[in-house]
Amino acid sequence: MSGASIAPPKAAVAHSGRRIRGRRVVLYGFLTFMAIVWLFPLVWAIYTALRPYADTQLRGYMSVASSLSLDNFSDAFNQGNFPQFYFNSLVVTVPAVIVTLLVASMVAFAVSRFSWRFNLLVLMLFTAGNLLPQQVIIVPLYRLYLALPVPHPLSDNGLMYDQYIGIILIHIVFQVGFCVFVLSNYMKTLSQELTEAAVVDGASVLRIWGAVIMPLCRPAIAALATLEFTFIYNDFFWALLLMKTGDRRPITSALNNLQGEFFTNFNLLAAGALLAAIPTILVFVALQRHFVSGLTLGSTKG
Amino acid sequence: MVAFARRAGRGYSLLTRRDKLVLTLMVAIPLFFDLTLIWGPAIASIFLSFTNWHGIGALTSNNFVGLDNYGQLFTGTYPFFYPALEHNFIWLAFLMFIATPLGILMAVVLDREVRGTRFYQTVFYLPVVLSLAVIGIIWQFQYSADSGFIDSLLRAVGVQNPPDWYGDSSLNLWAALVAASWRHVGYIMVLYLAGLKSFDPSLREAAKVDGASERQTFLRVVLPVMRPINIVIVVITTIEALRAFDIAYIINGGRNGLELLSTLITNNSISESSRVGFGSAIAVVLLVVSLGPIVIFLQRMLREEPR
Repeated sequence: MSGASIAPPKAAVAHSGRRIRGRRVVLYGFLTFMAIVWLFPLVWAIYTALRPYADTQLRGYMSVASSLSLDNFSDAFNQGNFPQFYFNSLVVTVPAVIVTLLVASMVAFAVSRFSWRFNLLVLMLFTAGNLLPQQVIIVPLYRLYLALPVPHPLSDNGLMYDQYIGIILIHIVFQVGFCVFVLSNYMKTLSQELTEAAVVDGASVLRIWGAVIMPLCRPAIAALATLEFTFIYNDFFWALLLMKTGDRRPITSALNNLQGEFFTNFNLLAAGALLAAIPTILVFVALQRHFVSGLTLGSTKG
Repeated sequence: MVAFARRAGRGYSLLTRRDKLVLTLMVAIPLFFDLTLIWGPAIASIFLSFTNWHGIGALTSNNFVGLDNYGQLFTGTYPFFYPALEHNFIWLAFLMFIATPLGILMAVVLDREVRGTRFYQTVFYLPVVLSLAVIGIIWQFQYSADSGFIDSLLRAVGVQNPPDWYGDSSLNLWAALVAASWRHVGYIMVLYLAGLKSFDPSLREAAKVDGASERQTFLRVVLPVMRPINIVIVVITTIEALRAFDIAYIINGGRNGLELLSTLITNNSISESSRVGFGSAIAVVLLVVSLGPIVIFLQRMLREEPR
């Protein structure tokens, strides 16, 4: 790890000032270089999206723009049927996030606050299920989705396949695993006396869950909600394979077709890809703290 | 911890029958779905892998072909299996030995007193919120042979025929890996930074007093103390590599140099030529390989669980 040697020592009394300054220059030089490299692909995509197609045809993509406008964004939005795709993403993501968190908080509550014989087994089944690559289960799942009957208001072809409900359900089932793992770790850090006192006072378990434990889990729930929103919104795989009708696919999966449609016009494609990324970038800007703590809750204790 | 569990047990016995029923349902219903939609299909994959079922008509004992599918895979009759296995392995090695260490390096550097550390952190983890599908497209503007940034730059400095990064089957894996790492580095950095925050600074001070260099301190003190998070990072990196799909699929459907176990499964089994049995055999190979990191992760859970 050369990084450790690049980083300046905190108490550097023994070192000469010049050497420290030299190290600082190397450090900031390295960081600035990395930051430019890291930002560049995104900045380039934004730049491409802002330039008129005619301009880039005339001068090439690597040139100074003669004009910049948001026209590609509005064109991509209209030609690419974006309102429909955003709607699809909304219909899938919102219920999936809410139900995932509700269900996971109940499972986590039951396995972390009360001791059962199969606590650990349950926890492991959920956690390991979430760690499996999705492709391991897709073949039989696809067949199952073609075979399972679903009543009419939930499904207009009578199946799980090619339906919003099917995509929502697989997201819930898959993500509950992760959320149970995180929330049960979080709940274990809360004092056991809380539950005990409430039980002795005669509160029902539903009340303990809703009025005692859930309010205390608010930070973890907020973090997970942010994270799950991005996970589910960003899903490409499930909707690509379990949703056949292109017009029903959420935006991330719809990108697969949009890429083919806009292939000849990079400016439009760039605008389309950025439009698809906007909700997650907004989350990044507005809820950065929750997003980061969601990620790290899964890897560190409590 | 043991006391907690015992006391909680006593709490449990105080519950009314209705409460016990509610608790059981809270676990049983989600567990039912988990078993039906995840573990059921995982096990069904194993059964299907011994058949030649094409997905049409009923599955009968005539469909049973024993180990034929595996034979086709491992004898190389099916030409894409070993390349895909190799690509997954390269994917794993690249993330594990390049992207992950770079993420750790960024975390270690940014954990120190660096001016503007928030800014740098934000920059590096920005790609983490983007989907891999979007990332594949964003990088297309770098990689494209006629209008991408990289080749335009190469032509500008006089390179005659710059490579087609996404199109060339000997290059596109590496191009995809660079794009995937753009995201992975930030992810690892965030995880490692959180770990370093909980690192006791007095340990570092003590090492310094004992005359350890920065490098020695990191290798001999920080890294061993960070062992739990190191395991998580290794597991996450491995699983990411085995799951790799989106970016390869958005580039070219996971063909022509970008074959991965994941794309072979979907391209064989969820398309017009529906080789369900054969695709399942590839899925089983992927399942067996993924059990490694999963078991490591579960062991860690078990160890931390109060007994």
